[in-house]
Amino acid sequence: MSLERFISNALSPWMKEESGAEKDIVLSTRIRFARNLNDYPFPIISSEHSAETLRSFVSKELTESSESFAGSLELLNMEDLSKNEKTMLVEKHLISPHLAERSTAGAVLLNEKESVSLMVNEEDHLRIQCLFPGFQPEEGLRFANELDDWVESKVTYAFDEKRGFLTSCPTNVGTGMRASVMMHLPALVMTKALNRFLPAINQLGFVVRGIYGEGSEALGNLFQISNQTTLGKSEEDIVEDLQGIVLQIIEQEHEARRSVLKTSRIQIEDRIFRSYGILSNSRIIETKEAAKRLSDVKLGIDLDLINDIKGNILNELMILMQPGFLQQYADQPLEAKERDVRRAALIRERMKIEPR
Amino acid sequence: MLCQECQQRQASLHFTKIVNGQKTEVHLCEECAREKGETIQGTNSYSIHDLLSGILKFDKPLKDEASTSYTKAPKPLVCDNCGLSYERFVKTGRFGCTHCYEAFETKLDPIFKKVHSGNLRHYGKIPKRSGAQMQVQREIDEERLKLKESVAKEEFEKAASIRDYIKELEQQMKPKGEEG
Ligand SMILES: [Zn+2]
Ligand SMILES: [Zn+2]
Repeated sequence: MSLERFISNALSPWMKEESGAEKDIVLSTRIRFARNLNDYPFPIISSEHSAETLRSFVSKELTESSESFAGSLELLNMEDLSKNEKTMLVEKHLISPHLAERSTAGAVLLNEKESVSLMVNEEDHLRIQCLFPGFQPEEGLRFANELDDWVESKVTYAFDEKRGFLTSCPTNVGTGMRASVMMHLPALVMTKALNRFLPAINQLGFVVRGIYGEGSEALGNLFQISNQTTLGKSEEDIVEDLQGIVLQIIEQEHEARRSVLKTSRIQIEDRIFRSYGILSNSRIIETKEAAKRLSDVKLGIDLDLINDIKGNILNELMILMQPGFLQQYADQPLEAKERDVRRAALIRERMKIEPR
Repeated sequence: MLCQECQQRQASLHFTKIVNGQKTEVHLCEECAREKGETIQGTNSYSIHDLLSGILKFDKPLKDEASTSYTKAPKPLVCDNCGLSYERFVKTGRFGCTHCYEAFETKLDPIFKKVHSGNLRHYGKIPKRSGAQMQVQREIDEERLKLKESVAKEEFEKAASIRDYIKELEQQMKPKGEEG
């Protein structure tokens, strides 16, 4: 398969959409609702039988209805997928590692655009997730609410007047909502300014963490900002707060970019073009280095220094260079060292296929 | 605008904080935000497991002090729907079923308070189906309060119209039969 076709098959259609604001800094927006049904124990203690009953009930209700929401939903049962297929779904953020590895009678319902993913028997009976390109928290919430209403017309949710939507983990109770955005913040990392905002963001009940990589390391300078508080605030208020925080961070990132360009333009340019050179020519590259170089190239695109590559290269390649996708592209299992070679080849090729 | 904490530096962070439905405007300079934030950051970096086992540890010595040698140990708290014990809930950090919320109700406020920055009550979406009755009930409760006030103020005309409205709402609470 040609790389072009592989990519267009591998990436979710929603990622390629033109819509969405602030796309240079905000790569995507996600709204997730945790929902449960009254008559079944939560998946964590559920018997196999009960988990299967729930799955067949829910999937029947959601796939067999004549009027479907967001296009028809396709059901994928976890036990019918190969290990690598599951890995790729995780890498695309369409299912969680928990659903892929540890669920009983787990399933996911996906729409054609892959902008809607309904996980069954994850930590909660239902995890409703909607993904949007760029920064669109309000539109995202509106859409997610409509989807949630549609699901609720099929299955009755567990809801308590005082505590709201009842969830398996106490951290999700209330709205059951996690609203998050993925942000690329190279200049705030470079100037070490991001740390200054973290306390204020935490104070608002929001949290910032790296999307890729472990511990304090944020590979590719990619961060996820999401609400931690789900009780006591309405969905609209949470999204409004998120919007306020993200807009401030965007402003600060722009400011930091201006200031580093002012003080060290030639050094920044050098760094960006070196990274461009390495990605276009290297024969072996580890995830960590690839992420760093891709972040530089993305910054170069945003600063109009690099004009022949599309802006979505960063989020695209961050997904494509993960083990699952590399193995799929190679059509065979790969050791870590072999993956580094394949990764370099894939990135090199990807840097070439751009509209000129 | 000056920072509301130190009243000296310019406030550069502006936000609205909501606790239990109460909105407060907050204007802080970066320094003060950092200082205030640090105490709170600690709770955020807790994992739910640390948090709950912390609460249980806190729970135990209190009980030990209260119990004397001849009183029996209290009956363990267990959800009678799924069989999950409170102790196990604390260990795993997960409820076993929706009924666990009732079973452990007396223990939940401090946990939610800690996890959700002081919040205890849901203020968000009410589901259309399982919450339709609740929505009307919420309104009836509000109207009853208004009614009480009106009667206290001897605004009898107003009270009468509120009373009619409550009747109307109560009518809605009855099952509709045909529409099912
Ligand atoms: Zn101050
Ligand atoms: Zn239970």
